[in-house]
Amino acid sequence: MSKIKCQCGHENPFGTVLCERCGRPQTEDAINSKTVDMRYEGSARRSQTYKRTIIDKIWNFFSSVKIGISIIVAVLATSAIGTIFPQKLYVPVSDAELGEYYERLYGIFGVIYYKLGFHDMYNSWWFITLIGMLGTSIIIASVDRVIPLYKSLKMQRTKRHPSFMKRQRIYGSGQVNDADDSINKAAIKLKELRYNVKIEDGAILAEKNRFSRWGPYVNHTGLIIFLSAILLRGIPGFYVDETLWIREGEMLEIPGAPGYYIENNGFTIENYSIEEDDEVFSTALERVGMIPKNYQTDVSLYKNADDALPGQTENIELVKDESIIVNHPLTFDGYSVFQMDFRLDELKSMTFQLTEKATEESLGEFTIDLINPDDKYELGNGAIVEVKEYYPDYDGIKDGEPYSKSPIPNNPAFIFKMITPEKPEGEMSFVAIRQTLETEENDYKANFLSAETRDISGLTIRKDRTLYLLLFGGIVFMIGVSQGSYWNHRRIWIQKGEENEILLASHTNKNWFALRKEIEQVREYADLPQYEDREDTESELDDEEGDFK
Amino acid sequence: MSKNKRLAANRKKRLIIRTIVLLVLAVAIIFAIVTRDKVKVLAVGDKAPDFELVDLEGNKHRLSDYKGEGVFLNFWGSWCGPCKTEMPYMENQYKEFEGKGVHILAINIKDTRLKAETFRDQFGLTFPIARDPDESVRRAYNVMPLPTTILINEDGIIQDIITRGMSEDEIRSLMESIQPE
Repeated sequence: MSKIKCQCGHENPFGTVLCERCGRPQTEDAINSKTVDMRYEGSARRSQTYKRTIIDKIWNFFSSVKIGISIIVAVLATSAIGTIFPQKLYVPVSDAELGEYYERLYGIFGVIYYKLGFHDMYNSWWFITLIGMLGTSIIIASVDRVIPLYKSLKMQRTKRHPSFMKRQRIYGSGQVNDADDSINKAAIKLKELRYNVKIEDGAILAEKNRFSRWGPYVNHTGLIIFLSAILLRGIPGFYVDETLWIREGEMLEIPGAPGYYIENNGFTIENYSIEEDDEVFSTALERVGMIPKNYQTDVSLYKNADDALPGQTENIELVKDESIIVNHPLTFDGYSVFQMDFRLDELKSMTFQLTEKATEESLGEFTIDLINPDDKYELGNGAIVEVKEYYPDYDGIKDGEPYSKSPIPNNPAFIFKMITPEKPEGEMSFVAIRQTLETEENDYKANFLSAETRDISGLTIRKDRTLYLLLFGGIVFMIGVSQGSYWNHRRIWIQKGEENEILLASHTNKNWFALRKEIEQVREYADLPQYEDREDTESELDDEEGDFK
Repeated sequence: MSKNKRLAANRKKRLIIRTIVLLVLAVAIIFAIVTRDKVKVLAVGDKAPDFELVDLEGNKHRLSDYKGEGVFLNFWGSWCGPCKTEMPYMENQYKEFEGKGVHILAINIKDTRLKAETFRDQFGLTFPIARDPDESVRRAYNVMPLPTTILINEDGIIQDIITRGMSEDEIRSLMESIQPE
């Protein structure tokens, strides 16, 4: 791994193509070529310098742009595959039935999809590893290029060796009337064109917009910030995204926000109406019918004492009452609770009337709260209805017993014991919706009169501490893109040769057309020799040569 | 000679920097993989989160009060078939183990008080049954399917998590496993 000593005396690192200082070509290829590859200034990419240990080999692997592009292609391909069938998150079955579900809906492809883990791809270890490798590649490839590039741009000498000049894409040489005068005039004109002009030993280096070369690296920094922000979401407390279904009147702990409780004081849905609202809406309303105007959940937020255990709610305190409407979340302690969904009309209470069958005379009414039923209801005059059993979601008889398939009052059924002055022993009756069963003929019955319903609000609980970091990463990314796209790094070298000979060479990373126009202005003003663009095709409009090509 | 030494030192420095960078990146990837499950799931070997609930008789039960003794924590619902099946077994074993330092605490999910009481009476259950109306204990233990049984040993450490119905023999051997010495 020896250094390469150039004829000018400068020691270049191993792998250098063009001498860092004078620009003399250092490799056989460069010496034999007509024009040189100016990418990374012909400096030694660090990756290519040492290949000794396993660490160096891994480093070199990630430093390769080819590998980087392969990783990007792999990420794109797998991401696309992940969208062919729905992801696990959007499949309405439990984990145990997933395989069966994919097979039933998508056949053999579904089985393969499921077996290969594409059904939960974005959470799979290999997809995350792929993204991680992409991040690694971006960091290492950038570091390996930006440092040598920075060094060689910093170290570049004003006067380059003629062999460097000759191998530039734009090159010209020829006799002029007064070389010194031409150099001076060129310097004046170049300054006018906002170049940074250095004159040394009868040679000019005019340079502008060098910062454009850092564009890709700024852009990559933005990407890395973005990826780190996503990584931060894994730390508890940084990111919460939960849903909560809460019925009117219920108070539940907020998922993702331990210690906070939310009570649903009522859900409202409002529609536009022709009578009440502005006349401009009437045509639309007549055409479409119902158009919702507002979805609203009125809530109370409570906070438990800091040292309270789960289940302990003695020291719970009201924080605030608020109405959550679409785009106006309840906010507290970094959390936002949004109105997302609703379900209407779940049974809340049922009112019955106790009547004597023979006379159809009422002994009174009672209302059963289906969420918190009492065990008996006294109707006065000695009539009492005891609730012996309650089946909130009655689903027929199973093993000789009435059976409730869930705790939700979708189809409530009761076993009542009706005690009346005439029947002090009580009569048993099984009452469900549109169904009454009696073990023996009763004198009394409980008639269903009416029901009240309540609504359920679907809320989303969000907390995202990484949002501003993501935004910042995005802004840095865009700064990098514009820096590299809208400005071009241009350099013009002019030097005196023998007697009144002038050598002229120039390089830019993109937009050669504009560069030639600028040189033309200088040439006319300062009487410089003719030059040629040796890669000039007819049009230069889409000629681009970025650092990462 | 000194030049070679300098080169060797440079090389060593480069190796160290590269190793550190690669290690940091590898740790980041592993971190991303480990934390991809957003839900923090309780695992065997974790400390059982403390809680306090009131049972149907009005007695307070705080998990930490049982320190030094085993706790058989059963989450159930009246509509769940396997819960019904294992309740009589639990009742039998409760009588067996109550004097031996293993307690049963059954936590009802989502049922009304009336329903929990009629259920208790129907099966003649004598062990404490508590309701969890705001579901904070369920959340603390991240219980999804019912029944879920969590076995907590004398040190308050979760020794086993069973997310299905159990036979009587199973219940007996599990209770033996958390019996204090």
